[in-house]
Amino acid sequence: MAERGKQGYFGDFGGTFVPETLMAPLAELARAYDKLSRRRAFRRELDDLLAHYAGRPTPLYHARRLSDRLGGARIFLKREDLLHTGAHKLNNALGQALLAREMGKERIIAETGAGQHGVATATAAALFGQRCTVYMGEEDMRRQRPNVDRMRLLGAEVAGVDGGSRTLKDAINEALRDWVTNVRDTHYVLGSVLGPEPYPRMVRDFHEVIGREAALQLAKQAGRRAPDLAIACVGGGSNALGLFTAFLGRPEVRLIGVEAGGRGAGLGDHAARFRGGRIGVLHGTRTWLLQDGDGQIAPTHSVSAGLDYPAVGPEHAHLRDIGRVEYTVATDAEAVAAFHTLAETEGILPALESAHAVAEACRRAPALSASRVILVNLSGRGDKDLESVRAWDLAAAESER
Amino acid sequence: MSGLDDAFAACKAARRAAFIPFLMAGDPSPAATLDLIGALVAGGADVLELGVPFSDPIADGPVNQRAAARALASGTTLAAVLDLVARTRLRHEVPVVLFTYFNPVLAMGVAEFATRASESGVDGVLCLDLPPEEAASGFAGALGDAGLDPVFLLAPTSTAARMKAVGKLARGFVYYVSRTGVTGARETLAPELARELAAVRRRVRHPLAVGFGISTPEQVARVGALADGVVVGSALVRLVEEHGAGAAGPLAAEVRRLSAPLRRGRKRR
Ligand SMILES: Cc1ncc(COP(=O)(O)O)c(C=O)c1O
Repeated sequence: MAERGKQGYFGDFGGTFVPETLMAPLAELARAYDKLSRRRAFRRELDDLLAHYAGRPTPLYHARRLSDRLGGARIFLKREDLLHTGAHKLNNALGQALLAREMGKERIIAETGAGQHGVATATAAALFGQRCTVYMGEEDMRRQRPNVDRMRLLGAEVAGVDGGSRTLKDAINEALRDWVTNVRDTHYVLGSVLGPEPYPRMVRDFHEVIGREAALQLAKQAGRRAPDLAIACVGGGSNALGLFTAFLGRPEVRLIGVEAGGRGAGLGDHAARFRGGRIGVLHGTRTWLLQDGDGQIAPTHSVSAGLDYPAVGPEHAHLRDIGRVEYTVATDAEAVAAFHTLAETEGILPALESAHAVAEACRRAPALSASRVILVNLSGRGDKDLESVRAWDLAAAESER
Repeated sequence: MSGLDDAFAACKAARRAAFIPFLMAGDPSPAATLDLIGALVAGGADVLELGVPFSDPIADGPVNQRAAARALASGTTLAAVLDLVARTRLRHEVPVVLFTYFNPVLAMGVAEFATRASESGVDGVLCLDLPPEEAASGFAGALGDAGLDPVFLLAPTSTAARMKAVGKLARGFVYYVSRTGVTGARETLAPELARELAAVRRRVRHPLAVGFGISTPEQVARVGALADGVVVGSALVRLVEEHGAGAAGPLAAEVRRLSAPLRRGRKRR
């Protein structure tokens, strides 16, 4: 979607709400990105890495047993879980690490929630020989332990954050503080379509390959270039925009973003910004936010660390405003149920983030005829979540007794 | 002439830089802050900076983060801070600049905030995460209409064009961040400070206050010789952390000690 009006805005959302120290570096980043992304050698190097290192194109898989079980539309899974490191996040991490190298920044930093973006960034840093620090909330370090170990093995420093809710929001706070201090030699690899201009559009661009590939693959495998429904989970919203962008110009495709419904509708019990939030400014951007009446950012909850964040990417706020994308929620319980369903019917363990998208597909498919196609972005694999799912199942079994 | 203009003009006439202490409003409670402000004034504050606590202070170091957390825990809202300023006004004439993040202001409503801040006796407002590009459409105008000075930051990374943009929109004074980074005491000052301030002065006519990391009388003296105002924050906030509501005595003494080099006068440019 084209940015209209002011620089870095999507309709009324976006912008550059950062301390002065970061303003010139952000402008420099935007200029470098605009120049390099048009340069053929840069595109070629990135495409080459995506193909031979990361494993693109990722498969499109017709989930027949899942579709049969639900008894309706045909469900296709875009298998970002099969990308190197296990999630879509590597598309963006490779792109930004390459950009950092071209900008002469020797050190990269990142925030991470689920740990997937941290692992992807640590991986890219190892590949390019860059120093790397990843900020991660201590609550997330606890619930996504395997990814902490992976980052350290990849040579990254994992800096635990014990402020605030000790989750993704607090990791971003700390990464921004590092960046504002070390901006001259450090590039901040922001992990979603969040933050100040140019991040929302740059991160989207690096992921837009997801939907482009899916369209070509659908043509071959389903005999049509577009699905009836495209569904993705929305944390910051990068895997969703990665899937949706290719279909924005096709109004016949219904686009559905799924936020984390958590354990209830009260403030603090979910991360459904479009249900419980209001417009505000956080982490450099104007968007929908979960906050209290005094403008303090509210705590959030989701069983999935990657969706557990109080703001949504500004382009999503715009796409909702103009009615192009519908946003819905899946609860913790629905996501865990979808996790099990996909594991049992297809032999795929999805990330709990992605399980929110699967849950929405499970809800929609039965009402649609078998001639309909639902495209689901399976943004990541679930190995990191085995402990969370086990704990959930245990608690559920206890409460039944 | 605004209250801030007057304060800087008076210091200039006395051939010295203004001493500008910072405290987090509501740390440890709004009532306590009122007393602590009295201590700052007694110690020799020319302008007061009051922080509005925010849950996610990305430009602040650990000391101010903890202060914001204490202030929020004591129930300090933006409305409570304005109330505190109004009560300060009954006792002291010292100009007050609010240091805030933008979201609490947005939640109150920019126009509503400007009106209420003005009625409370606030003189200037600095939104840490609101650069001139974003402030130009509405915020700066709303403050101006209410008779408040919009204060902006400049930093070592600011380009000449950015200095000019800030110079155009700012009123009262411009706040120069002495080095890239978050708030908090530093061992040393950036050696480039003199050169950087000279570059700013070529493009900005406003009084320049310098802050972020100043915590010793020696640093105050050095910065005071170069700038029109010296801001000391975390070093004072740490005293509040240590002594709580009983910090008035230590605060007044520390402000006296830190501002002494300025009072000896002897300037400059
Ligand atoms: C597998 C996976 N999917 C989705 C997300 C959510 O991020 P986004 O909404 O930017 O895709 C994450 C974030 O950590 C993730 O790891």
